[in-house]
Amino acid sequence: MFREVEVLPVTAPPAVAEGGDVTVIQSGWRLGLRSFAQNRLAVVGVALIIFFLLFCYLGPFFYHGNTSVADVINSNSPPVQGHPVGTDSTGFDVLGQLMVGGQSSLEIGLLAAAIASLVGTLWGAIAGLAGGVLDGVMMRIVDVVLSIPLLFVILIVGAKYGSNVVSLAIIIGVFSWLVPARLVRGEVLTLRVRDFVAAARAAGSSRSRLVLRHLIPNALSVVVVNITFQVADAILLVAALGFLGFGLNFPTFDWGDMLSGGTANLLNGYWWQVYPVGICIVLTVMAMNLIGDALRDALDVRLRRR
Amino acid sequence: MTTYLLRRAASSLIIMIGISILVFWMLHLIGGEPGRAVLGLRAPQAQVDAWDKSHGFTRPLVIQYLTYIGQLLHGNLGQSYKQNQGVNAILAEHAPISAYLSGLGLFFAILIAFPVGIFQAVKRNTLSDNVVTTAAFITYSMPVFLLGLLLIQIFALTLGLFPVGAPASVSQNSSLIGAITDPRAMVLPVATLTLVSVANYSRFMRSSALDALAQDYIKAARAKGLPERLVLMRHLVRNACLPMVTLIGLSIPALLAGNLITENVFNYPGLGIMFINALQNEDYPVLLAYTLMGGVLTVIGNYVADIALTVADPRIRLS
Repeated sequence: MFREVEVLPVTAPPAVAEGGDVTVIQSGWRLGLRSFAQNRLAVVGVALIIFFLLFCYLGPFFYHGNTSVADVINSNSPPVQGHPVGTDSTGFDVLGQLMVGGQSSLEIGLLAAAIASLVGTLWGAIAGLAGGVLDGVMMRIVDVVLSIPLLFVILIVGAKYGSNVVSLAIIIGVFSWLVPARLVRGEVLTLRVRDFVAAARAAGSSRSRLVLRHLIPNALSVVVVNITFQVADAILLVAALGFLGFGLNFPTFDWGDMLSGGTANLLNGYWWQVYPVGICIVLTVMAMNLIGDALRDALDVRLRRR
Repeated sequence: MTTYLLRRAASSLIIMIGISILVFWMLHLIGGEPGRAVLGLRAPQAQVDAWDKSHGFTRPLVIQYLTYIGQLLHGNLGQSYKQNQGVNAILAEHAPISAYLSGLGLFFAILIAFPVGIFQAVKRNTLSDNVVTTAAFITYSMPVFLLGLLLIQIFALTLGLFPVGAPASVSQNSSLIGAITDPRAMVLPVATLTLVSVANYSRFMRSSALDALAQDYIKAARAKGLPERLVLMRHLVRNACLPMVTLIGLSIPALLAGNLITENVFNYPGLGIMFINALQNEDYPVLLAYTLMGGVLTVIGNYVADIALTVADPRIRLS
């Protein structure tokens, strides 16, 4: 019985123990969050993400790097006064580019993960609940799309249609919803034999109410963990696209585009065009991975195993 | 067990058909009428339409698909109009060296990840485990091309130990013999692929070894008085490597994708470069054939992994 209380994401009413003490039974989410906050690596991850969000979105208010006017005289300059991280081959300031490019990278990553998780969760929940032939067909479709290497598909479609942030995010999201679908379906299959589902059915809830109000909130822990990994993967994917030259069109650009331009100059020794961007990408992806790992440890243990 | 394998084979076949439909439809959407791309921007529309019609691109989609499948079953992957060559020839030209690179990468990855994962599990939470896990984590969070660039910077530019790009003979004529006879130049590309795969595999290896260590038979073996070395060798390794089998089968798409980027970074004239060039030229038959091949290889890889797992794990066989 205690397990049921832990799983439902609403706070249970306080239980009065024999001795008269009032103890509050924490909901599963609160316990998970507390365990998450105690994980030092997770805190580092969250701090990094907050740093990058502030850097990319608030930074341009304080630091006006030149990212739009070609300034060939100052091009390829190493870090000097006025250009803390140097300039690239067109004379754009690298630090300013890091901020603006970061906005695109983060936006695409978050948007793509949101789309993928939304579509995937609904798909998986419906498949898991329906069972039978519909489930089989829906999962075969997932298998088919999953078997095609993601990078190829995204390159082909992205090269043709992905010229701005939103279209690229949609393309990545449309091909990334498969993993959340599988995960949610697995969760739903486990959940639908639980008592609270039978109780909800007996109380007369319709299928859609069952899916939306009962199954999905309980499967949410898996989805939340997966979202963080999806953001990490999306950022890497966009960087790869930009690096190969098929990413955003000028004047929008992201960290991958910056790397593509800088790589050509690596042999000339212009390290500032490559490593700062690289470090930004690695730190962001690492932060998301840290958060995802910690969330998985925190939520899994509370909500499923014990 | 045979019924299980036959059922899996049937569903794999269905998935492959599904892949072919999906890829064909997708590429038709994007580049279905290559008349304009082949004849150029200045050709008159009537000529473009005539070209499309004579090459069968205006027929109903289903007919085009069936024709394509028919050709496929005869081993003909299509015709590249941009390069005036059969796609078979183009793929055959680049496939051997790509396979060589991927094969070496996979081989070393398994060789290294296996002991590393077990080491991490056995020495968990000690300093060495933390160092290795952190290093694997950072590598895992790095884009593949950044890893390649770092390796080039450290080993080729700064230390001068290896040449910057692919073997010189290979860059000229994409010959497999050239690649085999110049191992020094292969080191960095193979290292890039290997490190990325090791980072992935050792994560799984570590958690599966940790799971295996928690099992009762390990306790029983220790209680029997078995020396720790034998406990590891005889019990842990055998049981921990089962998920690895599935993982290797499932990592084929990742191998192909990593291949693409690594070849680009090192200018290695394999299938990856072929894909990028075809993408820039909008050479859709080549793209279609390669994507299809990737999908089919993935399905086959999954199936082989399933068979291997069934053979290796008696619990599955008997259930």
